[in-house]
Amino acid sequence: MAFCSKSSRNIINNLKSKLGLSRLMNRGSDGCLNKTNPDRFLPLITLPQLRNPDSYSHKTSHSFSSQRFQSTTSEPQFASVPNGEHNQELDFPGGKVVFSPEMRFLSESPCVYNNCYRVLDDNGQLISNSIFVQVSEKIAVKMYSSMATLQILDTIFFEAQRQGRISFYLTTIGEEAINIASAAALTSDDIVFPQYREPGVLLWRGFTLQEFANQCFGNKADYGKGRQMPIHYGSNKHNYFTVSSTIATQIPHAVGAAYSLKMDKKDACAVTYFGDGGTSEGDFHAALNFAAVTESPVIFICRNNGWAISTPTSDQFRSEGIAVRGQAYGVRSIRVDGNDALAMYSAVHAAREMAINEHRPVLIEAITYRVGHHSTSDDSTKYRPADEIEWWRMARDPVTRFRKWIETNGWWGSEAESQLRSSIRNQLLQAIQIAERAEKPPVNDLFTDVYDNIPSNLRDQEKLLRETINRHPEDYPADVPF
Amino acid sequence: MALRNIIGKRIGNGIGLVGRRSLSTSTSDVENRNAKSMNLYSAINQALHLALETDPRAFVFGEDVSFGGVFRCTTGLADRFGKARVFNTPLCEQGIVGFGIGLAAMGNRAIAEIQFADYIYPAFDQIVNEAAKFRYRSGNQFNCGGLTIRAPYGAVGHGGHYHSQSPEAFFCHVPGIKVVIPRSPRQAKGLLLSCIRDPNPVVFFEPKWLYRLAVEEVPEHDYMLPLSKAEVIRQGSDITLVGWGAQLSIMEQACIEAEKDGISCELIDLKTLIPWDKETVEASVRKTGRVLISHEAPVTGGFGAEISASIVERCFLRLEAPVARVCGLDTPFPLVFEPFYMPSKNKVLDAIKATVNY
Repeated sequence: MAFCSKSSRNIINNLKSKLGLSRLMNRGSDGCLNKTNPDRFLPLITLPQLRNPDSYSHKTSHSFSSQRFQSTTSEPQFASVPNGEHNQELDFPGGKVVFSPEMRFLSESPCVYNNCYRVLDDNGQLISNSIFVQVSEKIAVKMYSSMATLQILDTIFFEAQRQGRISFYLTTIGEEAINIASAAALTSDDIVFPQYREPGVLLWRGFTLQEFANQCFGNKADYGKGRQMPIHYGSNKHNYFTVSSTIATQIPHAVGAAYSLKMDKKDACAVTYFGDGGTSEGDFHAALNFAAVTESPVIFICRNNGWAISTPTSDQFRSEGIAVRGQAYGVRSIRVDGNDALAMYSAVHAAREMAINEHRPVLIEAITYRVGHHSTSDDSTKYRPADEIEWWRMARDPVTRFRKWIETNGWWGSEAESQLRSSIRNQLLQAIQIAERAEKPPVNDLFTDVYDNIPSNLRDQEKLLRETINRHPEDYPADVPF
Repeated sequence: MALRNIIGKRIGNGIGLVGRRSLSTSTSDVENRNAKSMNLYSAINQALHLALETDPRAFVFGEDVSFGGVFRCTTGLADRFGKARVFNTPLCEQGIVGFGIGLAAMGNRAIAEIQFADYIYPAFDQIVNEAAKFRYRSGNQFNCGGLTIRAPYGAVGHGGHYHSQSPEAFFCHVPGIKVVIPRSPRQAKGLLLSCIRDPNPVVFFEPKWLYRLAVEEVPEHDYMLPLSKAEVIRQGSDITLVGWGAQLSIMEQACIEAEKDGISCELIDLKTLIPWDKETVEASVRKTGRVLISHEAPVTGGFGAEISASIVERCFLRLEAPVARVCGLDTPFPLVFEPFYMPSKNKVLDAIKATVNY
């Protein structure tokens, strides 16, 4: 059974009845197209029998029809007209085609808005009959602490930039649940390809406050050797690939990495994150298509937070969100309330099982809101109402919502809260002080790692540069040793 | 170096081979044991077979590679190594390279094929912003050194705008990748194996005109030729000629004719364009005092400009004449006008004489 995982921490909750599932299934879709209503969604419980793990060899187009689709119950979108005379099918290289004398265009939008999976209501109370993966007290408290830590870290570093102590910063405010809950549902062997608004995943995996500060200050303890702007974290020991500012370029990397995991038969998947804006890039399309064709165990997590800098989603795309696009590529998809930590956790947990056991990609669209500005170089009140921001910050805060749930369970209280907040704050301020005072990496690090070894042209350039530095030391920052 | 004996005539439609002879000793870096006569695509095919045979974590992928590829470079690989290691990708260059970067980042040898160099541009962002900077930006925590991108490049006689391009100059401007171009089958096999096994991402351009036309004795064993080492393939004393790929055979013909006029030409195959072997070229220029660079790509901003500027910087006082460049015109690659566009043997010969008589 796909949901039984090896680790003891997670048990299925509420597997009691399939009735509970009906909330999740779009049974009643009065399709714009057709009278018969095909189930567009998979019944969660009756997960497919596990694919034969040895059969990940690539299918030629000849064997397209049956095996590839043994795992879905979705029917083709075209109506099959009940009148037998008109029913004619044809096999062509792409698969089966059912003819119809009625000319029907697929609507540009589904008639029923795509269901969004949530488990906790806005007050952090469990919705009755909800299906979710149970989380232990230990994990839940760690999740909450991490979300709160992320909030505090963001606030303090943002301030540090405003004080001129670091050159740049961007926050994850409003998206803490996506970051932490998804990370909690993964294992440390899963390979992460972030965009840049997912430091919470790294935090969950054990990156310390000091390590975050070192990168932001670009000091000699920064694993990136001071080469990139703040927030461009990366850590191989945490299986978290280095952030690059380019949008969506990481998405196809995750597919290649997932393919490697599959070939090595690892009990791990690749996970990649991106925003709503990133889904407009060609690399998103390329990656989903490749993932489907290569049958790679990769989870695509889209943080649909409503804004790509100043561009609202209505200027970004006209599809009904992101999850529907997954289906177009042959990728199993789900839309989730990204501010519901429990729903995120469950969805990622389920996605991971499917990805690894069935060698398939999964797309998760996490609906959320970018409470902070795009970055310290942005003032978002210029393009959206300040009260909209405030409403999401206060009324829809994912951290508060999860706190209410753990408090209801008796796992948290106000004393624990104030202790956590002051402790983290102190640790952060100290980490920043230490990072700020530390030496920068030496000038030699300007020339290393362009290739595995330093080529002769760079040796020449380094030599010339040193001569210049000696001649004009006043042109160069005092804190970079040479 | 008897390139002219390796490569059939490229003039008009005649594709007859001039004849086959064993190679001159200038290619002394490879033993000739168990050599077999084969063309460029066969030599590349052999290299790929060896790469996959010797490393179980090597993969070959790209458009149409499964059945053997549009130039037959990948013949037999899928049958021998299986569809999990040799497979077709969707028609999407940015996906091919992006996927390849991910595969390489996990420690695999990702050998990606771009069907024609003319179509490499959708992958330019992935190559420049991702592959080239992968190691540097991570502080050497990560790298995609196992990535090799192969693409047929260059004139083919009838290719027009989109089957003839030489885009090497774009990539030579990108720190972090290597650009390698072989001149012949024997070179191609050894260089490709080096590229695949080099711990840096490499773009390997294969002169498509030579796929069938160039035939040479190629050793059957596994051998590698060094990167970033230029080769003097013809000794001379009056003028240094620098080139790469298919253009070298044209240049060699010009050198042979120039010799009849008493001009002794030294011909250098650069092989690796970045990082390039300045030392070998400079040593030659210090001997001859004259340089001529020739490439099919358009002259403005072509890689010849970099070589020229570098030589002038470092050998100015030794130079007896301006650095000459005999290159393609600054136009899209034309069809009917291809013979006019190309840096032909006579254009090169005229430039040799002009430089020597400066």
